[in-house]
Amino acid sequence: MFKIIKIAWRNIWRNKLRSSVVMISIILGLWSGLFILAMTYGLNEQRIDGAINTVLSHIQIHNPDFLNDQKINDTIINKEFVLNSIKNTDKVYKFTERLISTGMVSNAKGSYGIQLTGINPDTEKQVTEIYSKLIDGEYFTKLKRNPAVIGEKLAKKMKLKLNSKIIVTLQNTKGDLTNAAFRIEGIFKTQNTIFDETTIFVRKTDLSKIIGLTNGQIHEIAIVGKSLEDSKLIANNLKNIDKLNKIQTWSEISPELGYAQEMMSTFLIIFMGIVLMALSFGIINSMLMAVLERKKELGMLMAIGMKKRSIFIMITFETIFLTLIAAPIGLLFSYISIEYFAKHGIDLSNFASGLESLGIGAIIHTYLPVKMYFEVSLLTVLVAFISSLFPARRALKLNPAEAIKSL
Amino acid sequence: MNNIVIKTNNLSKIYHQGEIEVNALNNVSCEFQKGEFTAIVGPSGSGKTTFLNIIGGLDSPTSGYVQIADVNISKLKSSKLIDFRLHNIGFIFQAYNLIPVLTAKENVEFIMLLQGTDKEYRNKRTHDLLEEVGLGELVNRRPTQLSGGQQQRVAVARALASKPRFILADEPTANLDSKSTTQLLDIMAKLNEEEGTTFIFSTHDQRVIDRAKRIIVLEDGKIVEDKK
Repeated sequence: MFKIIKIAWRNIWRNKLRSSVVMISIILGLWSGLFILAMTYGLNEQRIDGAINTVLSHIQIHNPDFLNDQKINDTIINKEFVLNSIKNTDKVYKFTERLISTGMVSNAKGSYGIQLTGINPDTEKQVTEIYSKLIDGEYFTKLKRNPAVIGEKLAKKMKLKLNSKIIVTLQNTKGDLTNAAFRIEGIFKTQNTIFDETTIFVRKTDLSKIIGLTNGQIHEIAIVGKSLEDSKLIANNLKNIDKLNKIQTWSEISPELGYAQEMMSTFLIIFMGIVLMALSFGIINSMLMAVLERKKELGMLMAIGMKKRSIFIMITFETIFLTLIAAPIGLLFSYISIEYFAKHGIDLSNFASGLESLGIGAIIHTYLPVKMYFEVSLLTVLVAFISSLFPARRALKLNPAEAIKSL
Repeated sequence: MNNIVIKTNNLSKIYHQGEIEVNALNNVSCEFQKGEFTAIVGPSGSGKTTFLNIIGGLDSPTSGYVQIADVNISKLKSSKLIDFRLHNIGFIFQAYNLIPVLTAKENVEFIMLLQGTDKEYRNKRTHDLLEEVGLGELVNRRPTQLSGGQQQRVAVARALASKPRFILADEPTANLDSKSTTQLLDIMAKLNEEEGTTFIFSTHDQRVIDRAKRIIVLEDGKIVEDKK
């Protein structure tokens, strides 16, 4: 067996050009597959991180009725008990309280539908990162009376600047419409233009006065765990304690993020399938040529008494050797390029508006879990092995008498 | 004492070239004794190579059979036949057909490796055979580093390595110059004389025919003359 493997090893260096073509195709196949995976993973991670860090947090708690039609009176039930439960729940990192009201914002340029989110700036900073997304102004530190922080897209649409005044029309707890004036203290820009266009942050205390909610009632509690992976555990623990309110993880609140992940997984399977299939045909083609070119030699080997099984093993090993040389090189190239673009990002500013409307930033940072390197490499070796079977099988079908005669 | 190495009985081989039937062999019956030095001659298309291929178990007859050492090889299955060839038949091909990635030594050794012989035996026999064919100094050269005559001598050593009952050589001198042909024939004649190795050639080459002890003439797939 060792001699047969030795022959296989030497055979691959007989036609260096062909072997190089096979190896380059494996390297490129592996690299393109892994890089696209890393881009897609990075894109999805960024989208999820963006959503979680700007507003979603890991877990949210609401009055179940509030989720149906966001009625102003459907506040959290037994708020103090819920807050105490959160404080005592393992793996909870921070949490914040919010008021949420939908309404209209107006100025001389027009009126637009918005969601007004009343926050406690100090605790909100511990849960979300809107404060770090400010491109202009301050985050509730300057203005004393009714400050508001709005998105860049809305500011542009309404031609608002810092200190500009906006009128917000909302429904109060009695069901009447009420108006309030706010001044722009800060303008933020996230990677989600729809969010930037429709969200206004104000202080919870200001909003509660306007809509008439008393006794510190709130609509939403946003919680972050010590890590994203803890979300389900924390939510389940809280669900056991609090049966009255609705407790949801980020993926339950925003299922489209989960769907996108699933969709991307499916897309990646299809993409990898196409890459591997192309790779497979490349290998089959080259190895088949290698077999047909050596018909005479293979015929001679059969004639002098080399078993078909040994010939099969020899051809298969030739492909496996090529793969074992090429795969680590492909992996190394992939790792270097993925790590480089993880640090520096891929600038897709030309497509920024389209990407940002999907909640994705214009700079994509590649990311690939370590296990994916192993899985894709294993898959590549497997495909190469399977691809080698056809040329090897073809070799077995040679008739030694005819093969020896062939030129 | 039965010295018959090969016995063929009514061997026929019909090929189909498109819709045309070609009778490559037509009821060929003959016997080969141990230690013969036989040339099978005849014009192109007379059936020489087909005859050799069938005797060597590389091809199967349409009818009739080949018996080697009491084994009807025409009835053997492909895998058994490969094994039978490995242990009983040596081959020398017109185009040498050495394994290009192996050295002369490794080419000779390879067949013994397939037989599963031990390393010490392989090394000794390889060394002896390559010395015998006059290539003791060139054992580590690959086929591309050897002349045609030298390659064919490696092929002879390889054919002998497995200690076969007989050696089949299909036009072994066709690609060789006069000097190499003479050297090769001398080696084969010596092996035949001194060690009793049985050689069966197919050839057009008068120099080979002149050295043969038995000449079988084939024409249109039939034996028309068998001179001893």
